[in-house]
Amino acid sequence: MKILVCISNVPDTTTKITFSENNTQFNTAGVQFILNPYDEIALARAIELTDGGNGSVTAINVGESSTEPTIRKALAIGATDAVRINAKAHDAWFVAYQIAQYVKTNPFDLILTGRESIDYNGSKVAAMIGELLAIPSVSIIKKLELEGTNVTVEREIEGGKEILTMPLPIVAGTAEGVADPKIPNMRGIMSARTKPLIVMDPVEVKTNSEVISYETPAPRGQVTLVPPDDVAKLVGLLHDEAKVI
Amino acid sequence: MPVLVYTENSEGKFKKSTFETVSYARAIADQNNTTLTAISIGEVNPADLAALGKFGAEKVLTVSNEKLKNFVNQAYAAVIAEAAKKVNADIVVLSNSFSGRGLAPRIGVKLEAGVADGGVSLPDQSGGKFIVKKTAFSGKAFANVELTSPNKVISLSPNSYKIVEKAVNAAVEDFSPDVKATDLTTIIKEIVRSTDKVSLPDADIVVSGGRGLKGPENWGMIEELADLLGAALACSKPVSDSGWRPHSEHVGQTGIAVSPNLYIAIGISGAIQHLAGVSSSKVIVVINKDADAPFFKVADYGIVGDAFDIVPKLISAIKEYKASA
Repeated sequence: MKILVCISNVPDTTTKITFSENNTQFNTAGVQFILNPYDEIALARAIELTDGGNGSVTAINVGESSTEPTIRKALAIGATDAVRINAKAHDAWFVAYQIAQYVKTNPFDLILTGRESIDYNGSKVAAMIGELLAIPSVSIIKKLELEGTNVTVEREIEGGKEILTMPLPIVAGTAEGVADPKIPNMRGIMSARTKPLIVMDPVEVKTNSEVISYETPAPRGQVTLVPPDDVAKLVGLLHDEAKVI
Repeated sequence: MPVLVYTENSEGKFKKSTFETVSYARAIADQNNTTLTAISIGEVNPADLAALGKFGAEKVLTVSNEKLKNFVNQAYAAVIAEAAKKVNADIVVLSNSFSGRGLAPRIGVKLEAGVADGGVSLPDQSGGKFIVKKTAFSGKAFANVELTSPNKVISLSPNSYKIVEKAVNAAVEDFSPDVKATDLTTIIKEIVRSTDKVSLPDADIVVSGGRGLKGPENWGMIEELADLLGAALACSKPVSDSGWRPHSEHVGQTGIAVSPNLYIAIGISGAIQHLAGVSSSKVIVVINKDADAPFFKVADYGIVGDAFDIVPKLISAIKEYKASA
């Protein structure tokens, strides 16, 4: 079983998001970057599925050299080896194209991503890779089990879930429930330094989207506090003023 | 050039988000002085198909193929891309639902189109550009994304565009594209629906509980309040991490982002990761016994008080309001 886990380098979840240069650039000053939390779930499941020498887990990232600490983290958690496509992750299409090209020459049985990255929240890379490789993709899964050459996943739908079975290889985006993230141990951290990390040049591809600018949500007005002994007043306000009930 | 909208159905019925999507697609067609075609896949009542005209769809392509009865994104994306070619559409619109997220990227690849996921307002087409505003950084910000390719795919975030009635006569036409066996290797084993519950991403009202509720056994009053309001249930990350509630209810940066008309947060302090997931809510009500809880800073209405005291009072106040209404 050869598993590829696609990882992103994203701002820590506690980051206060600000922009510079007239709101055209994300302000990375003082921002700590981490392994995308959903990708940690993908990585943890991949390690579980190959536990006991039953295959290998390759972590792949499209990014500049600044993402290497995050790639080493993936190796410390337990990835066998890693690949970095040396390019700025321009958009989901660019990233998916690079990864699909890599897979065309280096086939995998299972390709996992996180359900989305917590910076652009696109949920696009998994399905784009699937389409580029003409294999099934499931964008948001809550569970994944292997059964021989088939895989069974649980997919979230509005107000319920679907259980799907499909033949490998597939691409799937993992969400909470698939596995618990793993914390690297000292041996993992030590061995991560010497595990193979191959750097490759990107293949040329035309991009089709561009972030022009950013906005921050409009600040809300002052909170209207209702006294705890007059809860009926809140119901009145929600009906008459806010008009939401 | 024309606009194509995919009208998703759930068990043969169109959903609120479907009508939002058609209204949004109609507005984009109007921006470009062009026609709007809808495509529906699976068994939907003919009257419901024709009723899409109410929201501005001039033509409805309906695909009723036994093999496409259940949703398989690989096959549905092929059908929708075929439909786009058939009607010469260069803009494809769909909902950023769970299924939409599996479809939009595949349609984008097929049509060599840029994909704007989770759009929250109409595209800005001034100066010959095509810029879509979408949420980014898990609700902490918005990004204005320009689609630079001739073809474009936009998935609309639920609850972010109002349904607009603009009645036209919709011509319903059968559409039977070839479906490749290689696109249908996915087998749906089981569909589990909790039909008694309101779906969280689509909900108009959300009632959400946090650690302040002390344990899963105290969710009875939260459920009662949600039932009264026709609301969906949600929770904070510590609650789902502790197994008090399912992960599917976890709202926040690493859970689901919601944008209801009303979000009621009970016993949730308001960590930055949780606030990210609720920042698009129109009205936020916070009930917390700690007056310094950060959630009050982003709330529209608040009550400083113990949930075990306030929630039962709120339930009876709503019952009284309903009885008098």
